[in-house]
Amino acid sequence: MTTNKPLLKVDAVGIQFGGLKAVSNVNVELYPGELIGLIGPNGAGKTTFFNLLTGVYVPTEGSISLEGQNLRKLPPYKINQKGISRTFQNIRLFGDLSVIDNVKVAYHSLAKHSMISSILRFPTHFKGEQEMDERALEFLKIFNLDHYQHELAKNLPYGQQRRLEIARALAANPKLLLLDEPAAGMNPQETHELMNLIAFIREKFNLTVLLIEHDMSLVMGVCERIYVLDHGQLIAEGKPEEIRNNPKVIEAYLGEEVVS
Amino acid sequence: MTILKRAKGFWLSILLSCIFFTIIQTMISGGLLNPFYQNTIMLIGINIILAASLHLIIGITGQFSIGHAGFLAVGAYASAIMTMKLEMPFFVSLLVGGLMAALAGLIIGIPSLRLKGDYLAIATLGFGEIVRIVLLNIDYVGGASGMQVSHLTTWPWVFASVLLTILVIRNFTSSTHGRACISIREDETAADSMGINTTYYKVVAFAIGAFLAGIAGGLYAHNFYIILPSNFGFLKSFDILIFVVLGGLGSLSGAVLAAILLTVVTTFLQDYPETRMIIYSLVLIIMMIYRPQGLLGTKEFTSFFKRKGGHKHDNEQTIA
Repeated sequence: MTTNKPLLKVDAVGIQFGGLKAVSNVNVELYPGELIGLIGPNGAGKTTFFNLLTGVYVPTEGSISLEGQNLRKLPPYKINQKGISRTFQNIRLFGDLSVIDNVKVAYHSLAKHSMISSILRFPTHFKGEQEMDERALEFLKIFNLDHYQHELAKNLPYGQQRRLEIARALAANPKLLLLDEPAAGMNPQETHELMNLIAFIREKFNLTVLLIEHDMSLVMGVCERIYVLDHGQLIAEGKPEEIRNNPKVIEAYLGEEVVS
Repeated sequence: MTILKRAKGFWLSILLSCIFFTIIQTMISGGLLNPFYQNTIMLIGINIILAASLHLIIGITGQFSIGHAGFLAVGAYASAIMTMKLEMPFFVSLLVGGLMAALAGLIIGIPSLRLKGDYLAIATLGFGEIVRIVLLNIDYVGGASGMQVSHLTTWPWVFASVLLTILVIRNFTSSTHGRACISIREDETAADSMGINTTYYKVVAFAIGAFLAGIAGGLYAHNFYIILPSNFGFLKSFDILIFVVLGGLGSLSGAVLAAILLTVVTTFLQDYPETRMIIYSLVLIIMMIYRPQGLLGTKEFTSFFKRKGGHKHDNEQTIA
C-alpha cells in the first residue's frame, strides 16, 4: 500500500432524512491507486454513501475532501470536474444518444469551443468537435466498443451497456472512480470479464477505484481492502481475509449465531 | 476533410433556400400570390419559428414548457412598442422583441427550471397567463382593445428569421452544447454527475427558445394590423406544443413539417368554420393513433437520404 497522503478523506460523514439516519459517522480513507470494496447488506446505505461522495446529497454532518480540497456543498457536476466519476446501480446511459456521443458528453467540461462559436460555426467549433471525436473513438477502442459507435446506447446488449457506462465515467478523466454494483445482472462469465476490465483500467488510467458489490467472489477477488457498512454505520474495515472471518460482518449478513 | 464535407452540405442548403426565397419573392412581386396566400406564407414562417424554438426547449432539452405564447406575446408587444411608440426601425424592434422575450425567459427560467415534469408545465402555463393578464391591464398598450400596429412584416423578413432560427437551433444542437442539453433530456442525474451544469444549460435553452419566439412575436405583431392580449392565451401555447409533439419530439425537421402542415390545414379549414375544429381534432387523433411517435419520430429529414448510402460515418448528429 502507498504511504502518501490519502486521495479521498471522508471524515465522520453522515446524513439524516427526517428522523432516519441513513448514514452516520463514516470514516473512509482511500489512497492513490487502491482498489477498495464497499459491501453491506441491502439497505445498509452504500448507494447513499456514493450519493454523498458525488454531491447528489449534501451530508448533514462531517466532511469529505479530495486531495485536501473540501467538497462540501459542491454540486455534482463540479465534483465530477474535480475528479470523482461514477456509474449507477441501474444503468443510466443517455439512451437516445449514440454510443460515441455518450462518451463525448463526458468530455463536455473539457470542451474549448464556446456556445457562440458553435452557433456561428467558427473554425474553433470544428476543431473542438473533431478533437472530441478522435478522443472518444480512441477511448471506445480501449473498451472494444468502437464498432458500436453509431448505435444508440439503448440498443446495446446489457453487458455492453455496463461497459459503456464505465467507459463514459472514465472519459471524464477522474482520479477516483466509483462503481455501483457493476456486476449486477451479469452471468459468471461476464463478471469474470468485468473483473479483468476493472484491473485493466486501474493500471491503464492510474485510478483509485471504490466499488460497491454484492458478488463476493468479485469483491474478494479484486479488492485490496474492504469496508463494510451496516445500518449506515461502518462495522468493519480490512483485507478480504480479515473481513471474511470478522464476526461482526458474518452477523450483519447471516444474523447472530444462536448459542445454545 | 470532414469539415469540407460538412461545409458542402451547408452551402448546398443555403443555395437551395436562396432559390426558394427568390421563387416566392418573384411570385409575390409578380402578383401571382394573392394576399390570402401571402398571409398564409407569413403565418407558416412565424409558426415554423415558434415550433423550432419550442423544439429546442421540449424536444432537445426535455423541459416540458407550455407557456410559449407568453414569450410570443412579450416579443410582439415589445416590438410593437418599439415601432409604434418609439418609431424605431423594424429590424431594431424585432431584435428588441427577441431580447425582451429572452429576458423574460431568464426571469421565469432561473427559478422555475428547478421544477420537473408536471410542475414545470404548470409553472410555465402560469407564466403565459400572467403575461396575458398583465398586458390586458396596461393601458399604454391598449389593454383589452388591443394595439394598432402597422403592417411591416414582409416575406424577406420572415424568410430571414426562419433561416436564422433553423441555423441557430441546428448548429446549437449538433455541438457539444446541444449534446449537453440532450443528455439532460435523457437523464438529468447522469448528466449532472458527468460534469454537465444542468441548470445552466436548461436556462440557456430556455433563453434561446424565448429569444426566437420573441422574434416570431415581432413578425406576428406587424402582420395583422392589431394585436390583442387574447391572441396569446394558453390555446396559442397548445397550438405550438402540438407542432412539436406532432412532428416528433426531438426532431427539428419534424417540428417544421408539422408547423407547415397544420398551418395549411387550419388556413384552408377557415372556409368551413362549423367543422373546422372537428376536422383539426380528428387529424390530431388519427395522427396520434397511427404515429404516436410523431411525423418523423426522433429522426431528421436528412437522415432518410443518409440511410440509403449505408452507414454514414459522419459524426454529426443526424441533421446534415
